[in-house]
Amino acid sequence: MLEVKNLNVYYGMIHAIKDVSFSVKKGEIVSLIGANGAGKTTILQTVSGLIKPKSGEIIYNGENIVKISGHKLVSKGLAHVPEGRRIFAELSVIQNLKLGAYTRRSNFEIDETLKNIFNKFPRLAERKNQLAGTLSGGEQQMLAMGRALMSHPSLILMDEPSMGLSPIYVNKIFEIIKEINNDGTTILLVEQNAKKAMSIADKVYVLETGNIVRSGNASELINDEAIKKAYLGE
Amino acid sequence: MAFFSYLISGLSLGAIYAIIALGYTMVYGIAKMLNFAHGDVIMVGGYIAFTCSISLGVNPYIATIISALGCMVLGVLVERIAYRPLRGAQSLSVLITAIGVSYFLQNVALLIFGANTKSFTSIINMPPLKLFNGELTITAEAIVTIIVCLVVMALLTLFVNKTRLGWAMMAVSEDKGAATLMGINSNATIGLTFAIGSFLAGIAGVLLCSSYPTLTPTTGAMPGIKAFVAAVLGGIGSIPGACIGGFLLGILENLSKAYISSQLSDAIVFSVLIIVLLIRPTGLMGKKQIEKV
Ligand SMILES: Nc1ncnc2c1ncn2[C@@H]1O[C@H](COP(=O)(O)OP(=O)(O)O)[C@@H](O)[C@H]1O
Ligand SMILES: [Mg+2]
Repeated sequence: MLEVKNLNVYYGMIHAIKDVSFSVKKGEIVSLIGANGAGKTTILQTVSGLIKPKSGEIIYNGENIVKISGHKLVSKGLAHVPEGRRIFAELSVIQNLKLGAYTRRSNFEIDETLKNIFNKFPRLAERKNQLAGTLSGGEQQMLAMGRALMSHPSLILMDEPSMGLSPIYVNKIFEIIKEINNDGTTILLVEQNAKKAMSIADKVYVLETGNIVRSGNASELINDEAIKKAYLGE
Repeated sequence: MAFFSYLISGLSLGAIYAIIALGYTMVYGIAKMLNFAHGDVIMVGGYIAFTCSISLGVNPYIATIISALGCMVLGVLVERIAYRPLRGAQSLSVLITAIGVSYFLQNVALLIFGANTKSFTSIINMPPLKLFNGELTITAEAIVTIIVCLVVMALLTLFVNKTRLGWAMMAVSEDKGAATLMGINSNATIGLTFAIGSFLAGIAGVLLCSSYPTLTPTTGAMPGIKAFVAAVLGGIGSIPGACIGGFLLGILENLSKAYISSQLSDAIVFSVLIIVLLIRPTGLMGKKQIEKV
């Protein structure tokens, strides 16, 4: 579904992503783990067209999307829950959600999706007329996920959805990610919480200063001694 | 009665400032830049209307529409050619470019129309309203200007709060990247903002020249600066703020001209701005910072 080949991204002179390749198959949860500053956010932003790479290919559903403007990728089924949530604080919860469906035309279908999202996140339904900036961190994360789901994506990129949340919310968020995947959506998950990420992922890539240093099935890597030491705190 | 007459002409002047300030404030709110050439778009609007209605004999209302559409095209072109390549550049570079555009427009007007003052004929061909046995006279220009301003503000508020495109504007204003992730074309949205702001500037130009019927290449400069002050006074980025700021400024200017000194009126206006900003740095209706959780 997604294949990234020899991706190189620069910030000015800084070579942030170095010849990175990885792939995500339909229906999988693929997790990209790595320390702060490894380049995880940069990779996701490049895939969703916010940053243009210096070289490399990003094949999405058979099409090289490197040259396509970011805003055009949403209607191709690509959604992105950005790092730090980036909800529209001065708009209401419902306005945020409807903006998630900006590229869709059928009001009937949008209302159907909205109903599903309110079922998944009852808190959002309770607070739908509140300004998004007044929600708690966990609620904002749910809003960011709900907003991404509103576009009815086939692939969702998630950037550290558990960041800054209390343990109860962290568990909840991971349950929801699993649920979204079970509903048929493919997920590329970036996390610093490597343990949690590996526990729900099918495949894992390990990123260190812009290089992919390890990759494999989650079930294998989770028992790997080096990985345990470096990322699982054991 | 003299007081009311000053008040109403102040309201009418304020309505013009308000319409101009709406363009300033929307562009600032969404593109995060001060378009200092905005005042000169008004002047271009004046010349377009002048050429159409006086030189070519077009019906004055149609001339107004042509002028607004002409300004709209101009605003979109200026954004496309001068500002878009600088997206992401330092705000100082953008500001200097805007000043450059301002001089460019003034000098093009100078080249085409010369430095001589053109006398504009009001597009509003209606008798003034006389009240209290003729003690209070309100010009038709004042009435039309105030009504146009209120209608424009209401339509813009509806547009921003109720339509998909309006929400897209607010999204781009808050976070361009996140808006892109929603599938919003932020460049097109910024272009639309310039189109609306410049369309309004065209209307403001015709109204301004109808009330103050002299037209030179620098006609737009001072009202442009005053409207900028109005936008800041009301809280830059806020639509109702631009209107309130515009009206306050117009009234203040006219009353100080009438009762204090016509030379000092501008100084008084700018002093009030400084005082308000000292007390409320975000302006009267400026956005409160929402605490991020
Ligand atoms: N806008 C930027 N300008 C310059 N350097 C950046 C920018 N964003 C990120 N970087 C650098 O690129 C590297 C990767 O950052 P990032 O992708 O945010 O990592 P991660 O998400 O894994 O924490 C870091 O060294 C960071 O300092
Ligand atoms: Mg990151």
